[in-house]
Amino acid sequence: MSTPAVAASAIAREAGSLRHVFRWALPVAVILLVVPWIVPQYTAILLTYGLIMAIGALGFNLLLGYTGLLSFGHSAYFGVGAYVVALMVKYLRVGSMELFLLGAIVGSVIVTAVFGFVCVRYTRIFFGILTLALSQVLWSLAFKFFWVTGGTDGLRVPTPSLLAGLATGTGDKTDFMSHTYYYYVLVIFFACVVLMWVIVNSPFGKALQAIRDNETRAEFVGVQIWRYRFVAFLVSGVFTGLAGALWVPLNGLTTPDIMHWTFSGEIVFMTVLGGFRSFAGPIVGAIVFNYLKTYAVGYTVYWQLLLGAVLVALVVSLPTGIVGTAERLAARWKKGS
Amino acid sequence: MEVLLIHLVNALLYASVLFLIAGGLSLIYGVMRIVNLAHGNLYAFGAYVTAWAIGGVAAGAPSSLLLVLLPAGAFAAAVLGAALEPTLLRPFYKRAEEYQLLVTFGLLMILEDLLRFIWGPYPLSASELFENFGSLTIGDSLYPTYNFLVIGVGIVAAVFLWAFIYKTRFGVVLRATSQNMRMASALGVNVNRVYVQAFTLGCFMAGLGGAIVVPGQSAVLGMGVDALVLAFIVVVIGGLGSLEGALVGALIVGVVREAGIAWFPEIELAVLYLAAAIVLLVRPAGLFGRP
Repeated sequence: MSTPAVAASAIAREAGSLRHVFRWALPVAVILLVVPWIVPQYTAILLTYGLIMAIGALGFNLLLGYTGLLSFGHSAYFGVGAYVVALMVKYLRVGSMELFLLGAIVGSVIVTAVFGFVCVRYTRIFFGILTLALSQVLWSLAFKFFWVTGGTDGLRVPTPSLLAGLATGTGDKTDFMSHTYYYYVLVIFFACVVLMWVIVNSPFGKALQAIRDNETRAEFVGVQIWRYRFVAFLVSGVFTGLAGALWVPLNGLTTPDIMHWTFSGEIVFMTVLGGFRSFAGPIVGAIVFNYLKTYAVGYTVYWQLLLGAVLVALVVSLPTGIVGTAERLAARWKKGS
Repeated sequence: MEVLLIHLVNALLYASVLFLIAGGLSLIYGVMRIVNLAHGNLYAFGAYVTAWAIGGVAAGAPSSLLLVLLPAGAFAAAVLGAALEPTLLRPFYKRAEEYQLLVTFGLLMILEDLLRFIWGPYPLSASELFENFGSLTIGDSLYPTYNFLVIGVGIVAAVFLWAFIYKTRFGVVLRATSQNMRMASALGVNVNRVYVQAFTLGCFMAGLGGAIVVPGQSAVLGMGVDALVLAFIVVVIGGLGSLEGALVGALIVGVVREAGIAWFPEIELAVLYLAAAIVLLVRPAGLFGRP
């Protein structure tokens, strides 16, 4: 099937895209590394939130961008990550971040496996509604079982100790969150980005894209659609669960709001804002959305109106999102010069 | 026994309101293949307009005048729907479903805040009508008479809708468009007009649901989002796009909710969502849906 020429050009393309990636990724990584020393603490903390949501959106986009499934229930996995951590604090008196992450991964694997088993048989609108309905089951449980979950009061999560007690947040919490915890999140963020990059460029990732583009053909080629979708669902949910676990010590509190389907809508929003057709889209979208929402909330009580208008305008005029539009502009500029 | 009777009437009360909301949602999906996430907000809009009309503007007027003003919310929601469809939704019919969901999600956020902007963050009540109706006795218990009006409106709406869709010329055109939009268009049906009409009718039903509910309970922010999820459960159980399904689904959800509130309040909502998920698993297109 693959002649040497085709293989060679594929390798060249791969190398080209790798070079392209490094040209962008390295400067961004360097900027992210020095940012806490340049910007005010508050901005650094906002960026930490953004990076955490970027991990979640990256996971979400494995389904939307690469598998073609629009989930309206990713708040469930984010919430599972957060609540597993909160319950570990409440019942097991655990304070180690590594154990939190482990617990969140185990918890979200279990929940996504059950939900995924049910959901991946469906596509399009039914997939969206089913994921939404299942996420609402968890929301209503978190909402109603107040003696376990604290109901709408939520559960408090104290500052954890990082790296098996090497770094503890006993001092100034703001300082801890904007520096130590920032780097902790950043390292996990880098690891997640690399992992996701490997996944989407692996044969597995290519098979997912084949399913997205043409389900029937993919099946003829021999791709077991159901199994591939299930694994994608699992990976996607675990990334989002991990984001939930990282989010909760930073926020200090988890409430059922993060399980509600409107929060899933926000995850969709950030991904589309950045552009779900590109790898970096959800990352850019999550960080930008986080700033956008924070400033909108601070600026006006009608922040929903503002964000809703942004979303509608975005879908109407820039469906490829920030990254897609930037790429198009860059290509036009290159051609022009 | 009488407790059971009261539970039954309550279940019918829920079912009537739910049918109006979910019926509209289902009608819109059946004709236009669009799931309108902002549908719940049109219900909330209807509730706010009616609360404003009979609780604010005409407060203190005799009951008969208040009753005449009751459908104000339904007409307001219909007008809003008629304005929204051509401007915001029409450009999206040819695009992927993801974009349709996103644009209606954006609309949801906008409408939610518009309600806050117009009527403020506090609940708006119109309980005067509810109180004027007084109560009657079921066995030894008092039960508000107004609730029977709501059930009556639900039944009348269901009958009218059935007659409208199966017995009128417009209904034939609507069903034809729903079954095959291209063919209907080729036969001379003005599809754009049918879409506006169907969307307006769906919004009218949602607004009517809000209008009849508001004398019994206040109009509050967030009621639209909550109602939407319940309406989703109804249409998932009954089948997206099917009005019979919306009716049966509304009855099922009404009964389960009432039973849940009475006997298993902690998991009432979870049972509803699980029921929807199970129906989707067994019959992906819902009980009455076309696969």
